[in-house]
Amino acid sequence: MVHNPPMLDRPIKVLIAKPGLDGHDRGAKVLARGLRDEGFEVVYTGLRQTPEMVVTAALQEDVDVVGLSILSGAHMTLLPKITRLLREAGLDDVLVTAGGIIPDDDVPALRDAGVSAVFGPGTTIAQVAEFLRANVRARDGV
Amino acid sequence: MTGLPPAASPPPALADRAAELADAALTGDRRALARLLTAVENRTPLAEAALRRLYPQAGRAHVVGITGPPGAGKSTLVAALIAEVRASGRPVAVIAVDPSSPITGGALLGDRVRMQSYAGDRDVFIRSMASRGHAGGLASTSGAAAAVLDAAGFDLILVETVGTGQSEVEVAAAADTTVVLEAPEMGDEVQAIKAGLLEVADLVVVNKGDRPGAQRTAAQLRAMLVAAAPRSARGEGSDARPRPKRPEVLVTTASTGAGVPELLAALDRYRLAAPDGPAPAARLARAEAQVWAILGDRLRDRLHEPARRAATAETVAAVADHQLDPYAAADRLLQVLGGRRSDG
Repeated sequence: MVHNPPMLDRPIKVLIAKPGLDGHDRGAKVLARGLRDEGFEVVYTGLRQTPEMVVTAALQEDVDVVGLSILSGAHMTLLPKITRLLREAGLDDVLVTAGGIIPDDDVPALRDAGVSAVFGPGTTIAQVAEFLRANVRARDGV
Repeated sequence: MTGLPPAASPPPALADRAAELADAALTGDRRALARLLTAVENRTPLAEAALRRLYPQAGRAHVVGITGPPGAGKSTLVAALIAEVRASGRPVAVIAVDPSSPITGGALLGDRVRMQSYAGDRDVFIRSMASRGHAGGLASTSGAAAAVLDAAGFDLILVETVGTGQSEVEVAAAADTTVVLEAPEMGDEVQAIKAGLLEVADLVVVNKGDRPGAQRTAAQLRAMLVAAAPRSARGEGSDARPRPKRPEVLVTTASTGAGVPELLAALDRYRLAAPDGPAPAARLARAEAQVWAILGDRLRDRLHEPARRAATAETVAAVADHQLDPYAAADRLLQVLGGRRSDG
């Protein structure tokens, strides 16, 4: 097997979750697989996640990024709640991004709430990967 | 410990940071615990400094390995076990390993999908790990991660391996009790008497017990693994030759929880059978496995240090070109490190 030397460039760990009630997870799965192929370690938690589930998983897994896929229209409720709970759990250094069906008009408010990027339809995996690599929190010896 | 040189101490700033994280994890700070596990996975100096503090606190947990082929229901069974353990009020931690890509280094860690119902419960701690190039069903750091969770007070730790085949027996060295999961109709009696994974099982669980053939599969496994297992003429274990275990065979339906109380009861029997932890021989085997693995990592790391990297690469390339055989190459690399063959 390939030997991995001590990880100076250890993989970035990403949580992909679908908060809320819509049942369409193809996009989230394609993204999870695509990021895997980009060399990320992707924790996939699947459908119908409550904000509390997302935050617990982010905390226990010590992820660098939380990627939220949402197509139900409930983003203005769910996403700010997740970013608030992440901050309350001390996870304010975790990068939060969203994807799915989110109207442009809502993006500024989501940014204010702590969502760093909103990836709409047509975004390529490579664009997402590049954004994550450029914006992920700095290593701190851990 | 006379005769052993003292372990080198980490630099003070690093030791302070490690101590801070370790003490926070010991007093129930889950974020600190998660950060420490990351450090362990990344094999950083911080993790080593923290482990030096935490390892003496560990050694109390019952570490249960859960292994079996992909799709047999390991994650679903772990989720069902969590529910059963929590019903009795005990804390439980899970380490769920999934494979890393040998091509890109990436990984899809999907075991949590079936374990997400415990979000508000701070006595359930689930951590996914990528195998990061380590073959054998675990990550090279799974044992150290279990020690951290052990020190943090989780007295039951479920270690779920990657989906395995016939010979990924490493989990048996990492766990106190090994559960091998089988799905119905996955093989005949000859599969059951092949050497390998089934030999190291303390418990064999036929999952998907509601499927046709589950009881027959269990009966075949019982016949081949238990009834047909050789006994020593002078009673089990009285001679020096090592013997395969004689596992219990259980049937579960993890998706409904059927058979899971019986499985937990069986696991607890194993724990009670060894109230002071695993038997000395098992403990020694585990220590040996851990130390050898780390020693191998250390050797590789030193051979990849800038001063030696070129010589290492050159030696490996010579093997690729068939100018040097791999044994001679290994000896040459030991010489590069300043070591010498004992037989000259």
